[in-house]
Amino acid sequence: MRMYEQLLQYLITGITVGSAYALVGLGFAIIYNASDVVNFAQGEFVMIGAMSAIFLNAAGVPYVLSLALAIAITVAVGMALEKFAIEPARNASVVSTIIITIGASILLRGAALLIWGKDIYGLKPFTGEQTIHLGPATLLPQNLWVMGGTAISVLLVKYFFDHTTTGKAILACSYNKKAAYLVGINVKKMLLISYGLSACLGAIAGILIAPITFFTYNAGVMLGLKGFSAAILGGMGNPMGAVAGGLMLGLLESIGAGLISSGYKDAIAFIIILLVLFFKPSGLFGKSEGERV
Amino acid sequence: MRLLGLGIFALIIAVLPILFPENYYITVVGVTMFFNVILAVGLNLFMGYAGQISLGHAAFFGLGAYASAILTTKFGWNPWAAMGAGIILVWLISYLVAKPILRLKGHYLAMATLGFGIIIHIFLVQYDTLTGGPDGLSSIPELSIFGWPINTDLRWYAVSAVVMLLSILFSLNIVASKHGRALKAVHGSEVAAEMMGIDTSKVKVHIFVISAIMASITGSLFAHEQAFVSPDSCSFFFSIELVTMVVLGGMASTFGAVFGAAILTYLPEFLVVFQDFKVLIFGGILMFIMIFLPEGLFVGLCKFVSHFKQGGRQCLPS
Amino acid sequence: MSSLLVVSGLEKAYGGVKAVNNVTFEVKERTIFSVIGPNGAGKTTLFNLLTGIDKPNSGSILFKGKELVGLPPFKIASQGISRTFQNLQIFFNMSVIENVMVGCHRLGKTSMISAIFRLPSTLKEEKFMETKAKEALKFCGMEGLQDKMADSLPYGQLKKLEIARALASEPELVLLDEPAAGLNDTETVELSNLIKKIVENGITVLLVEHNMGLVMDISDDVMVLNYGQLLAKGPPSQIQKDPKVIAAYLGEE
Repeated sequence: MRMYEQLLQYLITGITVGSAYALVGLGFAIIYNASDVVNFAQGEFVMIGAMSAIFLNAAGVPYVLSLALAIAITVAVGMALEKFAIEPARNASVVSTIIITIGASILLRGAALLIWGKDIYGLKPFTGEQTIHLGPATLLPQNLWVMGGTAISVLLVKYFFDHTTTGKAILACSYNKKAAYLVGINVKKMLLISYGLSACLGAIAGILIAPITFFTYNAGVMLGLKGFSAAILGGMGNPMGAVAGGLMLGLLESIGAGLISSGYKDAIAFIIILLVLFFKPSGLFGKSEGERV
Repeated sequence: MRLLGLGIFALIIAVLPILFPENYYITVVGVTMFFNVILAVGLNLFMGYAGQISLGHAAFFGLGAYASAILTTKFGWNPWAAMGAGIILVWLISYLVAKPILRLKGHYLAMATLGFGIIIHIFLVQYDTLTGGPDGLSSIPELSIFGWPINTDLRWYAVSAVVMLLSILFSLNIVASKHGRALKAVHGSEVAAEMMGIDTSKVKVHIFVISAIMASITGSLFAHEQAFVSPDSCSFFFSIELVTMVVLGGMASTFGAVFGAAILTYLPEFLVVFQDFKVLIFGGILMFIMIFLPEGLFVGLCKFVSHFKQGGRQCLPS
Repeated sequence: MSSLLVVSGLEKAYGGVKAVNNVTFEVKERTIFSVIGPNGAGKTTLFNLLTGIDKPNSGSILFKGKELVGLPPFKIASQGISRTFQNLQIFFNMSVIENVMVGCHRLGKTSMISAIFRLPSTLKEEKFMETKAKEALKFCGMEGLQDKMADSLPYGQLKKLEIARALASEPELVLLDEPAAGLNDTETVELSNLIKKIVENGITVLLVEHNMGLVMDISDDVMVLNYGQLLAKGPPSQIQKDPKVIAAYLGEE
């Protein structure tokens, strides 16, 4: 294939994978904004969403219903995390909260291991496996579902934060919890909703890409870390930045894998983390912070 | 006071294999625990005292281990020279990485160290012509001290115990000096520390390098003890385990780090009973302790005990 | 009496706002020099510039003839300048005496190697710093509190602790940033006596304060800042009568 043809294929793969990273990164950004917590269990939301959908469907639950239930289950898990782990430790130090969410991710993986074992599973695609030809490149209908589903989710989230009262209330909490509390916002409820929303996005990412990649109990780890890289690239705390970061990361990985080597492609996400933090910690779209003495 | 504790600890270690000879949990798991203690004590100087975070410390352990493995198996180097080379390599890398990374704080520092650790790990897995890839390297020659080969479990027990006790002693000595106070000052208030004449940037870099070198030495010893290294022994998960040891035991406490390392080495051995529940329980314990006992078990227990002994007696971190 | 600190044409702008605008003054040895002014006048910025925490846009700061501008804070501190903070920067993770011993840091020269192997030079240094720290605590009336954890002390004691810590390094110039803030009348009198004692012992004091009674009572020289600019400079009696100063504080008629 000529250069142009390869590039198109990389683009398709890159945007597909990047969409998943975008959703995970968005989830990170929402939780970080709402509670100043870097949620290491974010990737687990993706895994739980995918695995739940796979198993419900395999157990006989109708396809679409199993997708919806999977999302609901993950949302419940996300809210439980907030209520039982984050809320009680709200005054803990940075290191403490990092370890708590790492503990949560280990716990969730342990539960997944218990329930689903170590095997690898796949999900049936939403609308069949008929390959589509786009010029010299091919894609599956699921690729389109991933891109479309992500786009719609992102737009809905943006609408939520820009135009709904609850969304704006959550933003208020992220700017200044005390002030939000004083104007009558139920901060605890807003935190709960933020985590639920974040988990929802993770679950959506999971069920969107489950038909393309396979899932196992520890598939969430790398996804979480890369979604995290996306959030940093876009600017920690900037939701739309995280989305952009995710797409960019997906593209960089895809092109890197194609042009250089696929073995080292995982390193790209982490090299990005280091480069961003060394040269512009506020990310591409974030604002710089200062400290007053 | 601290030396008394160290002395008692040394005594217990010396006596155990005599009381329970040929006991797997003492001579074999014990060695693992001693290695973990050295790692935890080193990391504690950086995290507990200086108040920084490193989620990638396993990388330095791995670099030391692989330096020893590669130089001895592929290039026929003398094991001690290989260990030395590992130290120099880690010294260089940690120094180069320290300067830009340690400008960061909190979450950003955590993430940068995370990224660094994973990059090293990926490199160790991918550069398989040198490192043996995911399968690692085996047949690593044995280590000997002036002709005395360390080739039995008991000998490794003794050697690693001595290195561990020395590292604990050195850590206690650093803490009880102006350098230790400088570390704590950097943690307490960087701005005030600077105003006392402390070059906070240099302090952070130095302690980072020291803890990295401690990890490297441990890695080299590990390579010879196991006669085998693989990327699994220096993964992101191991970095997290190390951080857990430090935090679990209680930060800014050398003996807390020892305690944490001991617990985290023996806990999985006992959790094996729980088989499939192992990972779940481990995660649960981690969360529980961090939420309800954030100062760590050692400091928490210490306060609990002194509360009953005499109200008002302080439980100073050592 | 010679000038210990000579500041000329100091300027610092944040965004478009000049926090410190062309400030020039001299501090004579063994005197108490106070800086006053309404809130936002640039007093803390001035202190941050003098201690190297911020860099001025232009101007010079000469300490015993040596230029301080461009030096990092820890180098400025090792010249013999120390400081307290408006928002307490106590090391809450240490005991009282450890806090003050950190103050001695610049007086110690032993290496990390010496510390690791606990060589005699380290032991000697530890003894020396402990003694110095106890002296500083006694000077500030805090003997007996040395082994308490810093986080168990009440606010008033913490302010004194910061001063003890600043004195432990045998400085020639001490910058006190609102030391009377939050103190009651008794504590303020104690503070006033302490500052006078500091100067009697040969140390120069540069003070930022809001408590006018304290300032007018103990200062040798007073400088008034308003909106980052120098409004007036001179002995307290002169400043108290200066119409510009009165206007700045009470507003124009």
